[in-house]
Amino acid sequence: MLHEFEVERYELREGPAYDFTPDRRDFLKLAATGIFVFLALPLEAQESGRGRRSGNSAPSDLAAWLHIAENGRITVYSGKAELGQNIRTSLTQAVAEELRAPVSQIDIVLGDTALTPYDMGTFGSLTTPQMAPQLRRAAVAARMMLASLAADLWNTKPDEIQLFEGLAHSGAQQATYGELTKGRKLTQTVTADLKLTPASAWKIAGHDLSKLNARAIVTGKEQYVSDIHLPGMLYGRVVRPTAFRSTLTEVDTTGVQAVPGAISVRDKDFLGVVTTEHAHLDRAAAAVRAKWNTPAQISNAELFAHLKETVETPVAWKESKSEIKTTAAYTIPYIAHTPLEPRAAVASWENGKLTVFTGSQRPFGVRTELAQAFGIPEGDIRVIIAATGSAYGGKHTGECAVEAARLAKAAGKPVKLVWTREEEFIWAYFRPAALIEIQAGASKDGTITDWQFHNYNSGNAAIRSPYNIPGQVSEFHAAESPLRQGSYRALAATANHFARECHMDELALAAGMEPGAFRLKNATDPRLRAVIEAAAEKFRWGRPKTREGQGFGMMAGFDKGDYIACCVEVTVINGKIRVDRVVQSFECGAIVNPLQLKNLVSGSVVQGLGGALSEAIDFAGGKILNPRLSAYKVPRFRDLPEIEIVLLDRKDLPSAGAGETAIVGIAPAIGNAVFHATGKRLRSLPMKLS
Amino acid sequence: MDLAINGKKHTVANDAPQMLLWVLREQLSLTGTKYGCGEGQCGACTVLVDGAPVRSCLTPASACAGKQITTIEGLEQNGKLHPLQEAFLACDAMQCGYCTAGMIISAAGLLHKKPTPSHEEILAGMQGNVCRCGTYPLILDAIAKAAKGAGHAA
Repeated sequence: MLHEFEVERYELREGPAYDFTPDRRDFLKLAATGIFVFLALPLEAQESGRGRRSGNSAPSDLAAWLHIAENGRITVYSGKAELGQNIRTSLTQAVAEELRAPVSQIDIVLGDTALTPYDMGTFGSLTTPQMAPQLRRAAVAARMMLASLAADLWNTKPDEIQLFEGLAHSGAQQATYGELTKGRKLTQTVTADLKLTPASAWKIAGHDLSKLNARAIVTGKEQYVSDIHLPGMLYGRVVRPTAFRSTLTEVDTTGVQAVPGAISVRDKDFLGVVTTEHAHLDRAAAAVRAKWNTPAQISNAELFAHLKETVETPVAWKESKSEIKTTAAYTIPYIAHTPLEPRAAVASWENGKLTVFTGSQRPFGVRTELAQAFGIPEGDIRVIIAATGSAYGGKHTGECAVEAARLAKAAGKPVKLVWTREEEFIWAYFRPAALIEIQAGASKDGTITDWQFHNYNSGNAAIRSPYNIPGQVSEFHAAESPLRQGSYRALAATANHFARECHMDELALAAGMEPGAFRLKNATDPRLRAVIEAAAEKFRWGRPKTREGQGFGMMAGFDKGDYIACCVEVTVINGKIRVDRVVQSFECGAIVNPLQLKNLVSGSVVQGLGGALSEAIDFAGGKILNPRLSAYKVPRFRDLPEIEIVLLDRKDLPSAGAGETAIVGIAPAIGNAVFHATGKRLRSLPMKLS
Repeated sequence: MDLAINGKKHTVANDAPQMLLWVLREQLSLTGTKYGCGEGQCGACTVLVDGAPVRSCLTPASACAGKQITTIEGLEQNGKLHPLQEAFLACDAMQCGYCTAGMIISAAGLLHKKPTPSHEEILAGMQGNVCRCGTYPLILDAIAKAAKGAGHAA
């Protein structure tokens, strides 16, 4: 089924098996008075469908989702993490909308395992379609209670009470939400039948709102993980093997003693140092003499043959009876997320209990990793997600938190561990590499009659073609990955869209059709047609070339509830590809915050330029050969094309998440534009004309 | 060793020589200046030394003695934000915000030298700063906005 969320294998593979212990935090003891809203539904019903391991069910969680204090402050609790995708702002808007209260009256607590209800993780573009409605329901429950309290106070009926701008009104009488609680402790539970305000009636959601913590960011006051400083805190560094899959054969740490305030830590193959002064960290780490045994490992030159050889399930091709036939193979290399803030964690132990500040998309998953690493109950661990210098799917795991905790345990004091840029490049995980083989066919009138699509290694996100192709075969085949791989913004949807949308142009060419007309001929989904038409109109698709080296290309696609089309203009001069102009249309249901959505979609285009044209991990013998920003080229100011974003607002449809899919458009659109400019078909990312 | 930072004198330890970045962050708790790459390629660690943008991750602290250092924390004057800070807010020129301080400081160095730069001069001045969230178009808008304001004032 086209609209079904497909489970992405690498979200499941990361981290250890979940084994959640219901953690009952009694808010009634923590905070004295006010209204507390709890969730009566089991989490299973709330978070169905994705990313769950079979055999385990999530606990019903008794943490409050929403609290209204006697002073009127509204606090919202969510286990999601803010990574720059702006959910702090968008979730606050959602709650403000339903509580009929100004945004300024609301605080939101995110990603703290001691304070927020359990959450699987911040991935899969699920915050907007799942978390926002959940918080909205909590807010509606609170609003109903406020109306009932006001009715009691003024001796009238709840439906006579009006709530707006953070006040309850009845005739000339009014009261703040805090006043209505009157020093009492009140609880309310959320039920499934609560009616949410429809998008067409939104007054706060659905409108532009600037990032809530922007002032702290521009003044340098925002505290990111790596900025945290605890009293008595020491500095840690891990001493890494010289290559992947290595085992420690010899170690001599005596040199560390000569470094002031330094200690060394060894636990099996884990090696590290801790110093009292940051200034001594490099010297202490260099003083550890270790020898490692490294097995032979393949290089990127052998990668795609290796993926094909090690495939777990055989790939079966059906014979095509189509009038027009095409086949092609596409390759996508490993790339690195390169979040500007590398992994960081600050860990401290007190009476056997562990607190870790870190930047992760899975606070509760990190807590599980810590519990398993140290053999202590999850209830003795608190993971707090501080402001994070982004992640893009690259911070699902808790290795840095575990390492910091191990060093802190040895030092007996809090330890801060900030990975170096090189460590982030080498020891984080990569976006999976892909080999994609396609066999396609069409009838002479341009109707697609055969579509066989096989993805080796990278994943099944958006693997099915959104065009109307009865009997299409779209399969993912697991293979042995020589490098550690995991989630990356949009997962395999980028690889799958690149191969599919380039091949759509190849098939159109074989069928003698113009690429835009060919897509529309095979697109029956009205939402897909709408984004194609919107992008084409703004781009003025179909106009003739006006200069040498110019080329136009387009793509269209669907994933995670989002529809996208992208048109690109390039100029190819002396074998160099310059992207001049990008028009990208995007439709993700009812828009929650147009300003921030546009920023997110435009940013995705820019980030996608890297994977399209310059980014690739180079490796051999278990080593990464380009683990530096001077060697691994990410998009910069001068790479910027003119970008125009066309947002389609569908207030009649539920809001989908928008942090991922917008990245899938740029690569195939460029590939098709380069072909239009030069007649050369580039089937490997990053695209280069040799 | 004494350093003049944001108009104040600070005495810092220099028994183990360090790059300015780490003195700012770990000795003086001026954490607005960020570590991003350690090789002067990302611009997150940019500070002004005598008005010119430098990469503090590659600048020994001792090389800054006797010079005026300005960090992101020093741009705000008497509770009033720098025009660039105002412009970044007005344009919402950020996502995760980790690169923002370096962007603003690099732009401040650029505008200090050339109050109304051309688009090409802005690109040249900002090419060494990386925003992985891809907010470059908004950052360009913000710099142009701040420069325009300065131009009118002058």
